[in-house]
Amino acid sequence: MNDLAVRLGVDELIAAYVDCIDEDRLEEWPDFFVEQCRYLITSRTSHEAGLPHGVVYAASRGMLVDRVTALRRANIFEPHRYRHIVGPIRIDRADATVAQAHSNFIAVRIMHDGEMSLFAAGRYLDRIDVTSRPYRFIERLVVLDSQKIDTLLVIPL
Amino acid sequence: MSELGADTMRGVPWPSNGLTEIPFRVYTDPEQYRLEQQRIFKGPTWSFLCLSTEIANPGDYVATTIGETAVVVTRDTQGGINAFANRCAHRGNLLCIERQGNVREIKCIYHGWTYDLTGKLTGVAFERGVKRQGGMPPEFRKDDHDLPRLRVAELAGLVFGTFSRSAPDLETYLGPQVVGGIRRVLNRPARILGRSTQVLPNNWKLYAENTKDTYHASILHLFLTTFRINRLSMPGGIHIDDSGGHHFSQAKLDYAAEDADYKREGLRSDSDIHLEDPSVIESVDEYGDGVSVQILTIFPGMILQQIRNSIAVRVIRPCGLEKTELDWIHLGFADDDDAMTERRLRQGNLVGAAGYISMEDGCVGGFVQRALRFNDDDSGVVMMGGYDAQSQPFRSSEAAIRGFWKKYRALIGD
Repeated sequence: MNDLAVRLGVDELIAAYVDCIDEDRLEEWPDFFVEQCRYLITSRTSHEAGLPHGVVYAASRGMLVDRVTALRRANIFEPHRYRHIVGPIRIDRADATVAQAHSNFIAVRIMHDGEMSLFAAGRYLDRIDVTSRPYRFIERLVVLDSQKIDTLLVIPL
Repeated sequence: MSELGADTMRGVPWPSNGLTEIPFRVYTDPEQYRLEQQRIFKGPTWSFLCLSTEIANPGDYVATTIGETAVVVTRDTQGGINAFANRCAHRGNLLCIERQGNVREIKCIYHGWTYDLTGKLTGVAFERGVKRQGGMPPEFRKDDHDLPRLRVAELAGLVFGTFSRSAPDLETYLGPQVVGGIRRVLNRPARILGRSTQVLPNNWKLYAENTKDTYHASILHLFLTTFRINRLSMPGGIHIDDSGGHHFSQAKLDYAAEDADYKREGLRSDSDIHLEDPSVIESVDEYGDGVSVQILTIFPGMILQQIRNSIAVRVIRPCGLEKTELDWIHLGFADDDDAMTERRLRQGNLVGAAGYISMEDGCVGGFVQRALRFNDDDSGVVMMGGYDAQSQPFRSSEAAIRGFWKKYRALIGD
């Protein structure tokens, strides 16, 4: 497998991921992860302090499915969407099975009444399974630059 | 506003002497907010400052707030805990800017005044002037300019402080039942698993009431009911201290409990949702008493939460009339094994800004705040479970909310 092919696969995964969220196809969101995955939303200060708690902490694809089920059927919140902008993706390391990458993002939150705000900025720290197409996340750490979350977080970042 | 001005001010008028009517103006009136800062947060109340593990070593400090007033908590060289105003005695500059750190002394960046870890003024830059010119007059005495000290007290690893000389000691303030409720949960050295801040678009009191509101839990938080984590029909109750301000509610875990009251009411709590990965609620009875949920509040702004194995301290920080920061400190214990830590982390999904059973609390206060603006003549009603603020062996009640207002009105004066 050549480097360029890995880069294209990683680029496609990360672009498709934010597309899925921003276009409200959340039922497809868990499919971006392998079955035994980790997905964690934390803050820079917690991450740097080595604190393990995540605002969202998923240790299996099933836990991601449950997030979507709860969002659709249980949780109550004011309708809103995100617009993610992901910066250039850096691939830190790649072998025949796993690529490690990081990227920066911002997520704008658009409320149903049109109110827009910068909801989150941060880094994606990814470990990606590159053994088959499409690539999938083994681990996605969402490290938020701020430890403050406005009102609530229900749609994944 | 001068202290004298605040002393003579009157709060928002109440429609009656009863505890069941709350005028909406208390959430929107700027003068009321100022009164609260003076008479509640700086009044004869105890506020949570930090965990004692955060200031384990001499020189450790935590910069925090009581209400909106900046304070610093330190561990001094003798091992004692001190708290004082985070405000230089000279020109009022903020002394400790970072949230946490370790220092030998506290030095103001503005003019270099220094204080020891007990808040005593130890140095004034150029006190004798420069080249015998300027400097402080001979009458200036450093002893007159120590930082205003708070009284501090530690309970089960929680550090509290008060500006008040007249507040009763902490355990008297809380009452024996609430002290017991704290000791039950924090029965061994704690370990911080993480922290985050949820910014609430509402007056601080709307969140304070929310945490005392056992009525809403199974109605607003559908997730909780669906997965049978907290049902009104489970055995439980509310314990309220004599002042009304502090409380804890408990529920025992009983999946067999009758859910007929939901079916009868036809509430939207009925559901067939199932969890793909139930590990988010898989829990152990770590206290051996069957209590799966204990929400404990300390007036004015602290909550100690046990929801199954998810333990957290929440601190309510008013940030102006219509904004509140809610600090979450997620806890485990020093003796937890890896499996227990993993269990707590997974259950951590239940609470916090993204919590399955708490995220709605982040938006509902904002909805209330928006709805009650410029409704100065109207009041809300809290009559579930009666008229007073007594302990009750059931949770379909607003007794603890009435207790909050009993304590609040006693402090504000009306």
